[in-house]
Amino acid sequence: MKTVYVDNNATTRVAPEVLEVMLPYFSEFYGNPSSMHLFGGQVQKKVNEAREQVADFLGAEPSEIIFTSCGTESDNTAILGTLDSYPEKRHFITSRVEHPAVMNVSSHLSRKGYRTTEISVDREGRLDLDELKESIANETALVSIMYANNETGVLFPIEEIGEIVKSSGIPFHTDGVQAAGKIPLNMKKSTVDLLSLSGHKLHAPKGVGVLYIRKGTKFSPFMIGGHQEKGRRGGTENVPYIIGLGKACELGKKHLGEENTRVRALRDYLEAKILEKVPNTLVNGDRNNRLPNTLNVSFEYVEGESILLLLSDLGICASSGSACTSGSLEPSHVLRAMGVPFTAAHGSIRFSLSIYNTKEEMDYIIEHLPPIIQRLRDISPFWKDYLKTQGKG
Amino acid sequence: MWDYTEKVKDHFLNPRNVGEVENPDGIGEVGSLACGDALRLSIKLDEKKRIRDAKFKTFGCASAIASSSALTEIIKGMTLEEAEKVTNQDIANYLGGLPEEKMHCSVMGREALQAAIANFRGQEVTKEDYEIVCKCFGVTDKDIERAIKENDLRTVEQVTYYTKAGGGCAQCHPKIEAIIERVRKEMERESPPPKPDKRKLTNIQKIKLIEETLGREIVPALKADGGDIDLIDVDGSKVYVALRGKCSFCPSSEFTLKQYVESKLKEFVSDDIVVEEVKP
Repeated sequence: MKTVYVDNNATTRVAPEVLEVMLPYFSEFYGNPSSMHLFGGQVQKKVNEAREQVADFLGAEPSEIIFTSCGTESDNTAILGTLDSYPEKRHFITSRVEHPAVMNVSSHLSRKGYRTTEISVDREGRLDLDELKESIANETALVSIMYANNETGVLFPIEEIGEIVKSSGIPFHTDGVQAAGKIPLNMKKSTVDLLSLSGHKLHAPKGVGVLYIRKGTKFSPFMIGGHQEKGRRGGTENVPYIIGLGKACELGKKHLGEENTRVRALRDYLEAKILEKVPNTLVNGDRNNRLPNTLNVSFEYVEGESILLLLSDLGICASSGSACTSGSLEPSHVLRAMGVPFTAAHGSIRFSLSIYNTKEEMDYIIEHLPPIIQRLRDISPFWKDYLKTQGKG
Repeated sequence: MWDYTEKVKDHFLNPRNVGEVENPDGIGEVGSLACGDALRLSIKLDEKKRIRDAKFKTFGCASAIASSSALTEIIKGMTLEEAEKVTNQDIANYLGGLPEEKMHCSVMGREALQAAIANFRGQEVTKEDYEIVCKCFGVTDKDIERAIKENDLRTVEQVTYYTKAGGGCAQCHPKIEAIIERVRKEMERESPPPKPDKRKLTNIQKIKLIEETLGREIVPALKADGGDIDLIDVDGSKVYVALRGKCSFCPSSEFTLKQYVESKLKEFVSDDIVVEEVKP
């Protein structure tokens, strides 16, 4: 069976070019970059090259790049490392639609006695900037707002937010995991102080991430250990993965244009065809400010897990914000924060594309999705009720 | 991804008895769009008051659809008195088990069946004597009590898996804890009547069936982890086994025994089986 992988906001395929540059660093050039011998030194050189590649990708200085183990570690490090630097400030601001790597840190802080504020979003998933302005206080230690939402792809106006936050002299962190590689990032012209990035969302492997820390930002390390990463993150460098991530960033910069032209066109095509062929379908999130690769659609009166399993049976890999897919009993916190009605929230499906997707794959989805929705609606007690209200039953 | 049995997958991909029976004698509707799953069951009786036909419509995940399908298959041909005794465990067992987090799907099936029977008898399913404990999912104290008794539940988490109660804002958790404590005390006082055997087995048949079940369901999984199991003795409903290999010094072996071996033997041999480990 063929696989149509449209779950790239969950994880991506490792680019063949990335894998190729990694392979020699497992059993051939396996030295420790911290060693004094040349065998380790040559590895150190490659790690530095990767750091330059990442810096170039982010429009940053190499010294502003810290390698971590994943996006979650970057988020945790940014938040807890900053708060540790401002022990007298006991207020943390974030949004209601963050990834668990930030959201659950916020709940953790709240249990630890911090005051936390979670800024709301509107029906389109747009952040309430007035609420943000009103929330900022003297005791605010850090504001952490994601760049792009993983479920809906909605982009927040990060520079506008940054202006608000920085005008009060507060450090600003953004979870850039979903944005990196999909929209241009330039830290030199940005108000962002700290930015998290994850390797496996941009065709590097799982198990490597980056935290960008603007020069001059107060920060305490989260992982305490050796002198690696200039003492800002202990632990022997994950050399092959770091080298892979460097390559992925180089490729990411090269493919940025394609993401925003060809991939965007594929997404728009998929969206238009689904809306055309499946009645009672709505797009979740601000369609004018969205990642080029993400489509989140709700099919009313059906449940997401059922859709996913039937898609999976045809080799189509997507994801859902329904309750049943997560093991929790409520649908996605993002859709709930947006006020998506229950008729639609349980039946949301996210398609997230990459440069490896083709028009044929979109056509395959467009061919098979409508009968799946119809089949489940035929089983659903609410569909017939709905048709009756429309005078069609 | 959920670890669904082949039977669940089959009943999800090829659901039996979808639709609504014509001129139904009873209709049971439970769940809601807000809750994320809902089931509408309709039944038709024959002149002897046996369920001649049963059909369902379900909004929900794969296990909700499979549980509904299983329910209709189970109750067809039953008298109402027999159908009344169907528990959520019967539905789950029919499907070869459900992930614990999904047990509420089987409870929804049982509730729909009760509602349909009550509907036939012209009884109103009133909730006036009940207290809504979980406001997020509209679960009553009676629903929770019944799930605890029928499924031998001990924790709030389990109650959530089986009834959804407490799965939203979590404010009702202290109330659920109090219900668990009260009901379990009641259960201890009135020691439950022994459940009838699934099949009337002679001792020899029983031992053979236990051996077969161990060999088919349990040994392969244990061997995959470098362990093994030997049947030592069978005394009534007590089954004495000894763990071998890695299992014999595995700290989670007690868990392995209780949760895994016992549940399989209960499923395939008899509901009252208790497994005890013989230490080497």
